[in-house]
Amino acid sequence: MLPFSYEGREGRSGAPLCSFAASNEAQMSSTQGSITTPAVLTECVTRHYPMGDSQILAVDGVSISIEPGEFVALLGQSGSGKSTLLNLIAGLDRPTSGSVVVHGRDLAKMSSEDLACYRRNDVGMVFQAFHLIPSMTITENVELPMRFAEVDRAERAQRSRESLGRVGLGKRLEHRPSQLSGGEQQRVSLARALANRPRLLLADEPTGNLDSRTGEDILNLIRDVSLTMGMTVVMVTHERAIAERFAQRSIFLADGKLVSEEVRA
Amino acid sequence: MKGYDLLDLAVRNLRQSKLRNGLTTVGISVGVASLVAMLSLGVGLQQLATRRLAGSGLFDTVFVTSRQDFRGFDKEDDAKAPNPEKSPVLDEPARTRITQLANVTEVEPEIRVMGEVVANGETHFGFVTGLPMSARENEAFDNLKGKFFSSDNADEAILLADFAKELDPKNPNALIGQDITLRYGERQALAQEPSDRPQINGGESSASGSGDDFGFSVVRKQQPLRVVGLIDQEPYGGMRTVSRGRIFLPVRTTERLNMAQFTDMRSSLRGGSGKTYMTLTVRVKDPGKVQAVQDAVNQMGFRTFSVLDATKSLRRFFTVLDLFLGIFGSLALAVATLAIINTLVMAVLERRREIGVMKAIGASDQDVKKLFFTEAGAMGFVGGVLGIVLGFAIGKAINFGTGIYLHRHQLPSEPVWIMPPWLVGAAIAFSIVVSLLAGLYPASRAARLDPVQTLKYE
Repeated sequence: MLPFSYEGREGRSGAPLCSFAASNEAQMSSTQGSITTPAVLTECVTRHYPMGDSQILAVDGVSISIEPGEFVALLGQSGSGKSTLLNLIAGLDRPTSGSVVVHGRDLAKMSSEDLACYRRNDVGMVFQAFHLIPSMTITENVELPMRFAEVDRAERAQRSRESLGRVGLGKRLEHRPSQLSGGEQQRVSLARALANRPRLLLADEPTGNLDSRTGEDILNLIRDVSLTMGMTVVMVTHERAIAERFAQRSIFLADGKLVSEEVRA
Repeated sequence: MKGYDLLDLAVRNLRQSKLRNGLTTVGISVGVASLVAMLSLGVGLQQLATRRLAGSGLFDTVFVTSRQDFRGFDKEDDAKAPNPEKSPVLDEPARTRITQLANVTEVEPEIRVMGEVVANGETHFGFVTGLPMSARENEAFDNLKGKFFSSDNADEAILLADFAKELDPKNPNALIGQDITLRYGERQALAQEPSDRPQINGGESSASGSGDDFGFSVVRKQQPLRVVGLIDQEPYGGMRTVSRGRIFLPVRTTERLNMAQFTDMRSSLRGGSGKTYMTLTVRVKDPGKVQAVQDAVNQMGFRTFSVLDATKSLRRFFTVLDLFLGIFGSLALAVATLAIINTLVMAVLERRREIGVMKAIGASDQDVKKLFFTEAGAMGFVGGVLGIVLGFAIGKAINFGTGIYLHRHQLPSEPVWIMPPWLVGAAIAFSIVVSLLAGLYPASRAARLDPVQTLKYE
């Protein structure tokens, strides 16, 4: 298992120097001539925030490539830029420069309506704080993305039952989030993320608010679901052990830059 | 997002803050109620005025006078009109020509004379008015005691109830069916230059019959009449006569009796033109045709007047009144609009995280905007419906209160507050539109929220 990374690569004209990380498989397929379209491809992506007179470089010239079906962990300390990078991949934020290409589409060039459509149909998101709507039952929470996707009521009900059944909450359909434990709420969050059958699952510290055992359960669930559904998973975490255990590849960020990569054997 | 999902989510969100949204909705309903109450009052007052005028039977009537006899009040109109001295005389041929005009149903002379009624050996003074048979349709005869004239040439009289009371204070109704004697002045044409006649005269030379070519004399006459009915109020609201008529005769009877009128003095000065009329009352088939008939008669060179002329200024008055009532009524709705903005802005602030989550899981800016618009529209709709109900209740209270007030003043109760059906739909639609306008700012503010910031903030 060799980390594949190099820094100081020349970016596009006028773009800052950037770091690059790609899976060995991607490299191999590229060198053999049969190019696989990456699920996620960022090229010299930067995200700067103004802070008074200065600029905060949250993400600073990061290039990564993630293959379809891969389970990748973004690792780093607080403020390393991993969540910002995840938001850029999720289409919640736009890069200052560089490109974020997901399934062949450059998110930077998409309108806000197209980005909403992308988030609705192609991406599922799991948050550290679960972000469930407290006034809705868990079924209604899971149905919410399907409402935006204009899925019919009957199909919505069936799919939400399926999703909740898959995460082990099939018997608590009418409960509200406040009636559930943290782990169960995260399961609902996962069921909601899977509602529109996305190809890409993005998880931002999914175990951050859970005890280690519950966290492990959730990650097992994410891994099982991704394998079953053939989804690409990008997970932000600051726990290296978790990354090593569940992710096929770990990408390390520090100060907004890609510093190294580890591929699990 | 589909319409029913939008509505479902909006209603769900509104239920989250029942008290605040409820108070805002009540605010809207008070605004709508105020607007509806004011506008309905305007409509009611206008209809009351119109009803009084319409009931008077004057809306389908044109009064025709000769420009020779009356100078108008409208100087502008007079300037455009032919020279009065050259304008035609309102005589029998003119009456015939007017009768032949399209949509004219009746042309009758305006007859009002002084007379005396002798009943039970006592003499009572009163004005005598000729009524056409068409007057039966007038509201004054709605409460007729007895019956109407049997024909337009009958020797019958209908008395005003007050006058009947004067004739027989104990039992005025007993007069119905009884005979009375009418004493009046008959106009008799002079056959030659008057020299020693004791009567009023004003002629130049002789003529015969009612031609009055050389003037006329006024001779006291008596005519027995049978009282056939009593009425409480004067037909046409008394507008068709300068003095209040108390004794009503069929118009043909008054013509046959050739009663001398006040205005005959004017005719006597003219001379050589035969019998003329001071005023002809022209009834038109449909109030909508009044203007056309009026124009046609004006073309003949006569002066005309109709209630439409009076109602023009009345309509102008009510338009201005409605405008001001609408403005005052809208003030409460304007305050309610601010309440909607406040409520929705508060909702945006409180639901920042929820909006962020919705955007993160696929809601577009438009979805968020539509959701807040639907919430505003729902409050507007419910507020509008409640406002209509509240406004209706206020209106009923106004009518009830006015009824009591009128009753205390011994006047018949009439609704002064009328809510026309169109106002129901218009008020609800207006309430929704106003609410949507109020929702513009909060909705666009919600749509602009950055999901990254809202999720990070939480």
